[in-house]
Amino acid sequence: MLTIKNLRVAVEGKEILKGINLEIKAGEVHAIMGPNGSGKSTLGNVLAGKEEYEILEGEVLYEGQDLLDLSAEDRSRMGLFLGFQYPVEIPGVPMVNFIKTSVNEHRKFKGLEPLTAGEFLKLMREKKELVHLDSQLTNRSVNEGFSGGEKKKNEIFQMAMLEPKLAILDETDSGLDIDALRVVSEGVNALKNPERSAIVITHYQRLLEYIVPDFVHVLYQGRIVKSAGKELALELEEKGYDWLKK
Amino acid sequence: MTMTANKIALSERYTALFHANRARLDEGSSNLINRMRDIAIKRFEKVGIPGFKNEDYKYTNLERVFDQDYRHILEYEKVDIDLNEAFRCDVPQLDTHVVLLVNGWYYAKNQPLQNLPKGVVVGSLQEVANEQPELVQDYLNRQAGLSEDPIVALNTALAKDGFFLYVPDHVVLEKPIQVINLMRAEDAVFATQRNLIVVGKNSQAKVIFCDHTLSARDFLTNNVTEVFVGEDAVADVYTVQNQDNQANSINSSFFKQGANSNLLTSVATLHGGLIRNNLKVEFAGEHAEANVYGMSFTDKKQHVDNFTNIEHAYPNCLSNQVYKNVLDEDSVGAFTGRIHVVRDAQKTNAFQRNNNVLLTDSAKMNTKPQLIIDADDVKCSHGATVGQIDEEALFYLRARGIGESDARMMLMNAFAHEVVQNIRVEPLRDRIDELVEKRLRGELARCHSCDMS
Repeated sequence: MLTIKNLRVAVEGKEILKGINLEIKAGEVHAIMGPNGSGKSTLGNVLAGKEEYEILEGEVLYEGQDLLDLSAEDRSRMGLFLGFQYPVEIPGVPMVNFIKTSVNEHRKFKGLEPLTAGEFLKLMREKKELVHLDSQLTNRSVNEGFSGGEKKKNEIFQMAMLEPKLAILDETDSGLDIDALRVVSEGVNALKNPERSAIVITHYQRLLEYIVPDFVHVLYQGRIVKSAGKELALELEEKGYDWLKK
Repeated sequence: MTMTANKIALSERYTALFHANRARLDEGSSNLINRMRDIAIKRFEKVGIPGFKNEDYKYTNLERVFDQDYRHILEYEKVDIDLNEAFRCDVPQLDTHVVLLVNGWYYAKNQPLQNLPKGVVVGSLQEVANEQPELVQDYLNRQAGLSEDPIVALNTALAKDGFFLYVPDHVVLEKPIQVINLMRAEDAVFATQRNLIVVGKNSQAKVIFCDHTLSARDFLTNNVTEVFVGEDAVADVYTVQNQDNQANSINSSFFKQGANSNLLTSVATLHGGLIRNNLKVEFAGEHAEANVYGMSFTDKKQHVDNFTNIEHAYPNCLSNQVYKNVLDEDSVGAFTGRIHVVRDAQKTNAFQRNNNVLLTDSAKMNTKPQLIIDADDVKCSHGATVGQIDEEALFYLRARGIGESDARMMLMNAFAHEVVQNIRVEPLRDRIDELVEKRLRGELARCHSCDMS
């Protein structure tokens, strides 16, 4: 589904990713761990199509296509989803309009008719229940006045609405209490199927108790320094990262 | 010729025009209007057409638009088509009493308005001043006459007609009055329009001004509106400016509010060349509230300057101003917001905000708050921002599959929405939302909202 080959990326002249190689197959869940400043969020943002990054070298293939050649909106329409670490507040853009436009853009891309008002409301109700998103929140502007936990739930709600093939969750667990963490994880797990993959970027092993990864990678100073199965997360929890920084 | 000499020559052209037409100006008009002319032209002469050195006009050079050979319309000119037939505003469900003015004059073939509440008078200022002077005499020029602005004085010197509305005490005018100001000529025309609106004690009225052009010529409109809002009255005054970019206008509005009155005024500028909107609110009693909003969407070489002045002359009043501008291409905007809290106007609440988005490097915005506070127990705030589209928000929307241009549109609409949502006439609010979106998409042509057959 996703193949990253020797990806080197710079921001404002500073090299952040120094040659990433990663292969993700359909149905797999990969966790990317690592200390602050190792380039985890940069990787997520580059894959989602944020423009302020300079690609120095490398290639990313998504479903056989050159991902780096596509606009952010096309990547989304093709089933790539980034759950933001810091979802931005957009006063004046109502949640409902935003989600509706988003869902219908996705449908248009697939050659489907837009949802009717009734269908849309039904779908929204269903997905809101999935993540226990307070009904009132969808009457507000996008993320406006949402608590930290509500913002993260809102990301998972959007993911549930869009049903992506590849979800990249950037520190979705940060700032969540244990209940919210459980709800968010259940939302992610509910979407799991053999065709869908996920990249879970996280600091802590905690989230991986709920979203069990097939592979764990440690990103350090712009490189993947270790890859292993889910047991690596436990090892990191015990020993920290220092033993990998050599 | 030096600049100063040029300025004198320019101003002299207008005083000469006045003197050459002195008798024609008086002809047909009531003494109530005519008696103000000589004092007004002297006041105009003292300052002349304001140039850059005039502090109040430092962001708008009027000399350029005044320095043209205009035809002044000193008596009513017959219109060769039926404007009622030709013109219809396509705002759906906007159930209004429609009144047409053409080149500053009340259109002679306006349809009589049906079912107006008893005592409400809608009509031509010239006609009402002649026939019911008692409705006019206590109000006309009572605000504008105190203004130091030479352009207002020039209006007083030259004005013969305009829109008039009188709502007696204790009357609720349910339907808004929609005043459609049309410019239509085959040559360059200077229009002088004088409006007077009186909303009696404990009454309610809504007026919507729509400025349009029916031909693309060099037009200059000098428009002065005086509004008197009685005690306990509620008044809404909306203006939609959508003229051709060859048309320029200076609009000076004066609002005087009695105790416990409530005013909402909002201006939406879509198309037009050089536009200057002067607005003054003066509280004449306690516990009055004024909500003053403005928004503009400009591109090409448009120039829009909003200049407000809120006079807190009584204690316990509230004023709230929000002005927002989206500037594209080489357009230029300005906002000056003056708030004056006089001594003893305690417990004043005065808020002001001006937010601007520049879409290009060549667009330019000047913003200047001016707070003069002579009382000590007041709450005043002001804030101004000039920025670009929020890139983080743009990426967020695009990352959900919304195309870049649609995402930009959503953000600009959201930016404007804060102003739009305050409109208290729902169909008008929806329509302005739609107009703003069309304007931002570049799909709104001159007079798009007017269906000319």
